[in-house]
Amino acid sequence: MKYISGRLFLTAAVLLSMMITISCTKHESGSIKVGVAGAHSGDLASYGLPTVKAAELVVKDINARGGILGRKVELLVEDDVCKPEVATNTASKLLSQDVHVVLGHICSGATKAALGIYKESRTITMSPSATNPPLTQSGDYPNFFRTIASDDAQAKLEVDFALDILKLKRIAVLHDKGDYGKGLAEFARGFLEKSGKAEVVLYEGITPGAVDYSAVVQKIKNSGAGAVIYGGYHPEASKLVMLMRKKKMGTFFISDDGVKDVTFIKVAGEYAEGVYATGPMDVSKNPLAIAANDAHKKTYGSDPGAFFLNAYAAAQALLNAIEKGGSTEYKAVSNALRTEYVDTPLGKIKFDERGDAIGVGFSMYQVKNGEYVEVK
Amino acid sequence: MEYFVQLFMGGLTRGSIYALIALGYTMVYGIIELINFAHGEIYMIGAFTALIIASVLTLHGFNEIAIFVLASLAAVIYSSAYGFTIEKIAYKPLRHAPRLSPLISAIGMSIFLQNYVLLAQTSDFLPFPGLIPEFGFMKKYEHISSSAELMIFLTTAVVMVILTCVIKFTKIGKAMRATAQDRKMAMLVGVDINRIISITFIIGSALAAVGGVLIASHIGQINFYIGFIVGIKAFTAAVLGGIGSIPGAVLGGFILGWTESFATGYVSSDYEDVFAFALLVLILIFRPAGLLGKSGSQKV
Repeated sequence: MKYISGRLFLTAAVLLSMMITISCTKHESGSIKVGVAGAHSGDLASYGLPTVKAAELVVKDINARGGILGRKVELLVEDDVCKPEVATNTASKLLSQDVHVVLGHICSGATKAALGIYKESRTITMSPSATNPPLTQSGDYPNFFRTIASDDAQAKLEVDFALDILKLKRIAVLHDKGDYGKGLAEFARGFLEKSGKAEVVLYEGITPGAVDYSAVVQKIKNSGAGAVIYGGYHPEASKLVMLMRKKKMGTFFISDDGVKDVTFIKVAGEYAEGVYATGPMDVSKNPLAIAANDAHKKTYGSDPGAFFLNAYAAAQALLNAIEKGGSTEYKAVSNALRTEYVDTPLGKIKFDERGDAIGVGFSMYQVKNGEYVEVK
Repeated sequence: MEYFVQLFMGGLTRGSIYALIALGYTMVYGIIELINFAHGEIYMIGAFTALIIASVLTLHGFNEIAIFVLASLAAVIYSSAYGFTIEKIAYKPLRHAPRLSPLISAIGMSIFLQNYVLLAQTSDFLPFPGLIPEFGFMKKYEHISSSAELMIFLTTAVVMVILTCVIKFTKIGKAMRATAQDRKMAMLVGVDINRIISITFIIGSALAAVGGVLIASHIGQINFYIGFIVGIKAFTAAVLGGIGSIPGAVLGGFILGWTESFATGYVSSDYEDVFAFALLVLILIFRPAGLLGKSGSQKV
């Protein structure tokens, strides 16, 4: 019995290796297959679907010009519902369909889960939206690139702004105890302590949805902080700002792109004036961005959704690297990504050693007359 | 010292907010021993009604006081109607069912109302106008407390006194106490218990609506979910003070508010809820019926 199962195993192994050889030979002929993975259904679908549309638009353009290296580009779209446990299946499924590169995934957790699988098969993966810092900074995933700045980029900008432009010495750091907010607040505290130029006088988490924040606002006042750096979303931010202003506190309020939202201004009204928030760089004047948005409107009849331009840039960067690298081989593509500049709606970009896009990032905005205006 | 006073006043406001909602919980529990989980949603509906009416009246150019009064009145009427209807639909048919059934029905009602408002209105946060007028004499004490905070505290105190008087000295109050003590016996001596239960729900809902208007104009924003957290906290306050007891609900609210305020002020807001619930556990260990609750047949 043992003998038979051993032979069975051998046969299976031989068959498997044959299949791999077959799939390897398939790699260099036929169409170039780009996998698109992300949340395409469920409650986070609005984050994932714009990426599919961006990829479709880029590929349509390129195929109209005759494709790359004389080969047509083909999209293989798979849903991961933004769940890590589904994302591993999504990745396996894409690999079984012999994709050459992957555009995705969308959520950081799902991206991380899938990356392990892509890494083993040496598949270049580029996310338009996964902002978790260790994805690039840990160095664990040399096959990973992204066209969005990592989470700590915002914290760095907030801290630099408070120290160098507002020249503050005492700063309170608050967060909403959530992954996003607390993560940012921890980075901000880390950067502040490392700089040695200012003191963190208060570091606290507030309870989202609580009835009243007057106690914590009193505490901020009592601490003598010149500014509050807040990590979190707009509902709590607007409550905090309104209370601070009602209590006649002039403390600066600096926050993140969870607060750079029109709802924040709508809810906080006049109290929102002067609030600082970081948000993705304004690319609305970039002609390529205008063209991409117009193409979306023409093809799909609506304005593009979240991360559309990041995804557009990612698709362009991937295909450009295949073209410049002259092949879909892992080495050639990853070298080209790191050395060749490409013109995208986000500007002229290439990637650094870790896989973060150079020239993509955040700017500081301030509420002026009921609108967020970029601080130059 | 000033810091202490500020925290004290902040805790008082927060406590008053909890107390206003807790009164509704405690009344309903006192009469039919049901934890009305939909109570927080009544509060939320009150706030939404006031927002809609206030926006309409502002468009028609009414003055500040008129808007405040009319919007509150509309909220009270609308919420009371909701409270009345909820009792008839969700609780009355289950009055003789095991105690768990109306509880589940209440949770279902709460989820239904949240989603109803989510679909009928919006999932976004909406700005709520500061309906409570600024009093001139409060200018001097601005650094300690605002007009809105004072108004919330006064309303809670007045409501508590009126409620206690109603229950102690009026015919309806007497009927309520009778219903609470023994429903069957009360029925036998001629108390229309269906009417008494309806009235209890109407009063409780009206209080929630008043709370909704005051709190929303103090905080300045509402959405469909605000009732949930306030409801949980108010329920905690009611248990802390002794569920079924009117002064207990108010005392429980204040103690919870102060605990949270001082915990935030002197320790860390990270542990606000930890302190609040640790206190609840401690009190329940030593006084299982709550601070002012009486274990026995007397409940109102």
